[in-house]
Amino acid sequence: MAPPKHRRPGFSRKAQYGLFVTYVVAIAGTIVAALLLAISVADPAGFSALRAAGAEITAPVARVFSNVRRSAQNMNAAAAAYINAASQNAALQKQAEVNRKKLIEAQALRVENARLRGLLKLSEDGESQVAVGRLISSTSSSTRRVATLSIGRNFGVERAQPVRGPSGLIGRVIETGPTTARILLVTDAENLVPVMRASDGLPAFSAGLGNGTVLIKPLNLGESPFKVGDVIVTSGNGGLYPPNIPFARVIKKTSDGALAIPYADPGNTPYAVVMRPYQGEARAAQQAAAPDGETKEVAE
Amino acid sequence: MKIPVTTIRLPTRPAREYESRFDREQSLLKMLAIPIASVAIASMITALPIFTAEPLLPPLGLLMFLSWRLMRPGLLPVWSGVPFGLMDDVFSGQPFGSAGLLWSLAMLFIEIIDARAVWRDHLQDWLIAAIVIAAVLLGGWWIAGMVHAAPEPAILIPQIILSILLYPLAVRICARLDSWRLAT
Repeated sequence: MAPPKHRRPGFSRKAQYGLFVTYVVAIAGTIVAALLLAISVADPAGFSALRAAGAEITAPVARVFSNVRRSAQNMNAAAAAYINAASQNAALQKQAEVNRKKLIEAQALRVENARLRGLLKLSEDGESQVAVGRLISSTSSSTRRVATLSIGRNFGVERAQPVRGPSGLIGRVIETGPTTARILLVTDAENLVPVMRASDGLPAFSAGLGNGTVLIKPLNLGESPFKVGDVIVTSGNGGLYPPNIPFARVIKKTSDGALAIPYADPGNTPYAVVMRPYQGEARAAQQAAAPDGETKEVAE
Repeated sequence: MKIPVTTIRLPTRPAREYESRFDREQSLLKMLAIPIASVAIASMITALPIFTAEPLLPPLGLLMFLSWRLMRPGLLPVWSGVPFGLMDDVFSGQPFGSAGLLWSLAMLFIEIIDARAVWRDHLQDWLIAAIVIAAVLLGGWWIAGMVHAAPEPAILIPQIILSILLYPLAVRICARLDSWRLAT
């Protein structure tokens, strides 16, 4: 490609100064961008209003495409169901037999649970669900794993509320806009979730790896006690995430923990339920009584 | 300056029957708006319902921006990395100012190369774009790591390769848009 003309302004003083000014503006702009970056490093929630505005602008298009995508998935599922009808019927009947027995056991357990709760004078927290929405987009080109939810403050969604799908925990709300909210997915490197093994309640922490898997680290020392196929659920420790939400399945044992794949796949979840923070009042009281009084939850 | 030539009547498309057929000028709006809008729309594509387990979607705004810069030197001013980058930051999920800084540095880097390697072909442009794409993605990872906990840098490798391979396509799209932009 030929060199552009503007690089050779000739003898015209005006053109020479004009070229010089563009370089000055470019350097100044770079410094301004660096300052803006320094501000967002110091205060990660600082430009959330701007990001929320961006999400609001693109949300209508994203909603339409999300609907199209869902209908296509439904059509696929319907077609597949017709093709697999006979074999699926047999498999489901077998499964229903097994489930019936478990259902009766569960019923008995529920009665017993209610009786024990009555003895301990524990009361249910009331309605834990805030609103139901859909995930309409995600930051698929950034190393951050943040998804956009189709509902926001208009449905009472607030920061630091847990979000779950039908198959498991999705993440937590970090920013809210008028009709959208941004959710930090459990696979983000920053999202720590207190979890436990479903079979024996072995306490552990989960940290995202940013590549669709999470690292489960047990609290006890020594060799990793996990086995491939272990089911991990949330433990409710610390109060934000309610206990016993399905979380992940162990796929690989490592030296100090395990790799697991979350049950909730953000790309394939039909809806997302925003829930009230577990034991929200207790946490607020605890934070208010913190020695320095400054142990506040930050947005991101 | 349009000179109506009504005396010459040649068979032509109905819409242009009464228009001048030579010395037409391009629409100024189209000339300015197409590069800006194409980069903006490419930056917004990440807002569509695309879900990936790891960062895999190429930074389409950056690809478009680099294509315009390398295919049409002199069209985008040196300082244009800042506004385009800040717009990309609104949608990308990176800390605000990250792309503003990185795209602007990329712009200055290409400006320096322009002064050294004046006559280049497409392959050399592709090499420059590859270096810039890898540097911007790694820089974005580093900046995100300053603010938040960051994953291993190795998860960026598929995205970097995909983005580098997509650059020629972005140039083709830019070339098509450019011929439309300059059409009379």
